[in-house]
Amino acid sequence: MSELLLGAVAYDPKVVTIWDGFQTWLRDQDLGFDYVLYSNYDRQVEQLVGGQIDLAWNSPLAWVRASLLAGAAGVGLSPIVMRDTDCDLRSVVVVRDDSPAQTVQDLRGKVVATGALDSPQATLLPLSLLHAAGIQAGRDVQVRRFDIGVGLHGDHIGGERAAARALAAGEVDAACMIDSNLLLFAREGVLPAGQTRIIAQTQPYDHCTMTAGPAADLDLVARFQQLLLGMSYADPQLRPLLELEGLKEWRPARLSGYGQLERAVEETGFYDAAGNPGARDHGA
Amino acid sequence: MRATTELDRLGLDGGGHLIVARALAPLRPGDQVVVAGTHPALRVQLMAWCRTQGHGYTDSDPPVVTKGPAGGQRWHGAIRAGAGEGPPLAQADQRWGLAARGALVEAGGPALGAQWADRDHVWADIAPRLYAAAAAAQWDPATAVDWSSATALPADVEQAVVTVMTYLVENEQAALIIPARLLGQIHPHFREVMQLLAAQAADEARHVEVFSRRGMLSGGPLGTSAVSGRASLQTLLTESDFTTAGFLLSVLGEGTFLDLLRFLHTHAPDPVTAAVTRLALRDEARHVAFGVAHTAHAVHADRSYLGRLRQAVERRHTALLSTAGLGSDVFDALVLLAAGSWEPSAISRGWQAVQDLQRAMDEGRRRRLAYIGFPADEAAVLSALHTRNFM
Repeated sequence: MSELLLGAVAYDPKVVTIWDGFQTWLRDQDLGFDYVLYSNYDRQVEQLVGGQIDLAWNSPLAWVRASLLAGAAGVGLSPIVMRDTDCDLRSVVVVRDDSPAQTVQDLRGKVVATGALDSPQATLLPLSLLHAAGIQAGRDVQVRRFDIGVGLHGDHIGGERAAARALAAGEVDAACMIDSNLLLFAREGVLPAGQTRIIAQTQPYDHCTMTAGPAADLDLVARFQQLLLGMSYADPQLRPLLELEGLKEWRPARLSGYGQLERAVEETGFYDAAGNPGARDHGA
Repeated sequence: MRATTELDRLGLDGGGHLIVARALAPLRPGDQVVVAGTHPALRVQLMAWCRTQGHGYTDSDPPVVTKGPAGGQRWHGAIRAGAGEGPPLAQADQRWGLAARGALVEAGGPALGAQWADRDHVWADIAPRLYAAAAAAQWDPATAVDWSSATALPADVEQAVVTVMTYLVENEQAALIIPARLLGQIHPHFREVMQLLAAQAADEARHVEVFSRRGMLSGGPLGTSAVSGRASLQTLLTESDFTTAGFLLSVLGEGTFLDLLRFLHTHAPDPVTAAVTRLALRDEARHVAFGVAHTAHAVHADRSYLGRLRQAVERRHTALLSTAGLGSDVFDALVLLAAGSWEPSAISRGWQAVQDLQRAMDEGRRRRLAYIGFPADEAAVLSALHTRNFM
């Protein structure tokens, strides 16, 4: 049977609804398609590069690791699509409005809250931002990490929300999060409007990316890409699935938005050059 | 096209996105809004908001939002769930789900699967007015009855009241369950019928309350529950067709109860019994009015329904052939209440009054059956087949 096998990480029960729905729709379009769920990105990436699955719905950190693993193994990977909402994200470093801190330099000697150790948006990228300003986690600032959903690369929002709560409660001096969650936490009342201030922000970067591995049939991958790019938000069958997955439209994948994260991985030694796990304490 | 909107110091973490969305609303996809404001995080917030909403963002000073197509795409293929004003449509669409009548319904989502989506299966033109009357006539059992006005009655008269109240509670419980079960299967497009049945169930809940309370007012236990009475009532619960269930319950059963409640009010030996039967009578009259109006509507739409209703009466009669009908203790209690004493002449009057009651019940049933559309002779036959248990 010629079909594509996709791997996705089950960071939330809705993942089953999403991929069951997409599977039904893709099969209705005569594309042989099945999916498997992983409890963490590391195994998904290893099996993508190892050829056990054809496609992986990768976090940005999973993409970085996959490309390292593939390079070491001498196999190729193909970025396929990403969501409109995966393009041009920013992470921000936030303090309470009454904080004396105006720039990240003022955080020296202070406590900075981050998300889970493997969260690109709430840990790796913001700490890399501090690093670029000459501030070393563990040496110049104390990092208080909220390790919720480790292995899920920050897909679980719990770590970011806990960091925001710690900031509001005065337990830490600054907190790191993605821009859209700053708005979400304001709506939830976790970080009320007017009570916080952004003192630093990253350059725009990209988030998840659909990746085809070395075992995938290229014709099927091309058809898969074509079908995803053709999904319309006006389609009542697809719209609930697109809403669950958090996009209005799929876009062709681009690789221009991962440079910051690749630097962060290198700085921290999070993975070595062959993609093997390395240092993970971020100075906490 | 390019518009400008001003947020002043307001951020998108404090509601600013409402102003931006309002500025975008009348525009077409591709049109732009310049967002002016002095909130220090405006650009970060606006960029994040645009990404989640599917709008384009230009990080200039001031920033510019380019309207995306998603807002319009959501309503592609949307349909109106009928009109908010005026009578409901002949056929409700299961795809409308629980949407309000007249609402614009986004395409997609689960279909409702309501059993009754045809207007003729549930409707009567009088339903909106009856619901308004029902809503206006709700009463509180705690205050609508002066429970302190109870008077001590001779023991056997009190026992007769207790017997009748026990019987009434049993009947009202059936009358509560049936509309409650039916209303869950009505398409909400016919909301006045749904509302009316909900009020009907609430009415019966109060009747259960006041009859139970009157039955126990003298401190003694409640009376008896006969097999025949329960068997008769339970045949009502098994009827699955909306019109037939309403016909058996409201036209024949509650219709018959109007005469019974009027009789009890007239012969009530104490003010509390008089009050609870008067209150119940007023509610039951509405239930009967809807039952008669809807059954007539259904027959008017489909004359063959008369045959189906006739078969239902015959089926129920056959099912109850082997039961005894009204328990003799209830019958005897009615005689004693009408008599008022054990004097032979009084008992004779009471006996006659119960005979008159049964005649009035029969006449009432025949009148309603004729209104629905049965010929007079057939109405007489069907009335005679009605359960001897009254409900």
